[in-house]
Amino acid sequence: MIEAWKTTQKIKNGETTSTEVVEKTIKKIEDKEPQINAYITVEKEKALEKAREIDRLIEKNEDPGMLAGIPVGMKDAISTAKTKTTCGSKTLKNYKPPYDAYVVEQIKNAGGIIIGKTNCDEFCMGSTTETSYFGATKNPINPELVPGGSSGGSAAAVKYGGASIALGSDTGGSVRCPAAFCSLVGLKPTYGHISRHGLVAYASSLDQIGPITTNVKDAALTYDVISGKDPNDPTSTKSKQNHYQNLKPETEVTLGIPKELMEEGINPDVKNKVKNKISDLEDQGANIKTVSIPSLEYALPAYCIISMSEASSNLARYDGVRYGYTTGKNDDWNTVYKKTRAQGFGDEVKRRIILGSYALSAGYYDRYYNKALKIRQLLKKEFEKAFNKVDALIAPTMPYKPFKIGEKIDDPLSLYMGDALNVPVNMIGSPSITIPTSHNEPVGIQIIGNHHQEQKILNIAYAMEETK
Amino acid sequence: MSGKKITEKEVKNISDFARIHLDEEEISNLVPQLNEILDYFDKIDEADTEGLEPLFGIHSQTNKLREDEVGESLTQNTALSNAKDIEDGYFKSPRVRD
Repeated sequence: MIEAWKTTQKIKNGETTSTEVVEKTIKKIEDKEPQINAYITVEKEKALEKAREIDRLIEKNEDPGMLAGIPVGMKDAISTAKTKTTCGSKTLKNYKPPYDAYVVEQIKNAGGIIIGKTNCDEFCMGSTTETSYFGATKNPINPELVPGGSSGGSAAAVKYGGASIALGSDTGGSVRCPAAFCSLVGLKPTYGHISRHGLVAYASSLDQIGPITTNVKDAALTYDVISGKDPNDPTSTKSKQNHYQNLKPETEVTLGIPKELMEEGINPDVKNKVKNKISDLEDQGANIKTVSIPSLEYALPAYCIISMSEASSNLARYDGVRYGYTTGKNDDWNTVYKKTRAQGFGDEVKRRIILGSYALSAGYYDRYYNKALKIRQLLKKEFEKAFNKVDALIAPTMPYKPFKIGEKIDDPLSLYMGDALNVPVNMIGSPSITIPTSHNEPVGIQIIGNHHQEQKILNIAYAMEETK
Repeated sequence: MSGKKITEKEVKNISDFARIHLDEEEISNLVPQLNEILDYFDKIDEADTEGLEPLFGIHSQTNKLREDEVGESLTQNTALSNAKDIEDGYFKSPRVRD
């Protein structure tokens, strides 16, 4: 797949047309989908119609936008008006939102073409894309392996050329994990920089939408398009920026390696690849320091408690009355509600709702939920201290390489553990970008910045990308 | 495992509160998994959080209010378009009382 920034230039200067690009992408989808299952819905006709519209604008010398003619995969947890948005769940299998999410509006306004809705773990709960009601997505690098999750369909689609770029959502690593496992770039921005209006909520204080791309320049471009202040999301904080135009390789930086993220449980091969990548950057002039964030060991259990508690509250809305799956039986309210949710939700979703309800229940609220929120405060203070000493932090994205489909699905705790390197970033709301350690290698290295430091981490990633 | 934290009876109660029907087999399968996960959650007891305020979100902000002005909203037909049962322009719910 040619980079999106280059493709849109070629479309604009007449070297190719949007219709040609979309037709080629649809051909790829038709070839690869039976094996990979990256999409839940493909909008072939709508995409072609939009491509012809873009081509007509170019013929008339009108500005078609920053992403003109580019096929975009949209995680199926992001609302698209009148197009099914299932969230990977039986509960929403026929749901058609009445409005576009903020990010969908921005993509469309920039001339991007939504080519389809990508597969994901049910309600974004998972790190393998195996919990989707619509079947597991396979990793295009090796279809026996998981693509990561929960935005696994988005990453797989970009990897095999079924989209030039795709959007995912990252609650505890769900953009960065699949980007790493599919050897792609994934950006999780500062909390609040991208509106969550229209993103089906999982854990609202942690969720953040982000792009998955083949290269850093496309990540910056997509981020500029989809970020911005939105009155429909009161946590949205930042006006539009120009990271794409300001992107330049940055190597004269001080980088901190949190020793806790390079210690236990990291696969030796992953560790070596990350260390080599850090050495490359050191050769280019970066100053590397080891730092300590002692409370990182509490980040994962605290994250699990907070995310599951918020999930138990957010998912209370699925009663089958206004929308969504219903048993349709003529019983009393409570019986119908309970059966509807029992039949509509998968095992992982039920497990997290039960745990979240338990953590919020009287008698356990202080012990679990309140304590986890205090740990979040502790982490924020320790990260602030670290960012006083360094420009950014570096860590592996995932502790291991992608594993076989089915290998860990019956061991939920082991799967939760896999998120250990990603969740601290969501707990403190910081931005982080993952890039592959080498070409087609499913091992990612992530660069974590302080709040609002997207330009800095993009510039470091851009420099690092050149040593691939 | 440091003792059973959650029992079958508690799981049954919580699933009732959460409005998710679980049959007995599901409950007995869930209990050991939940206990294993809750054991892992105990790690947080070791953290010294004395004197720290809980952090609900990174902006630490209070509610943002807007002017009370009428804006665009969904039409009644649009709002009802995903519902399975509607009657006279309303959502039709299961009966609340026997």
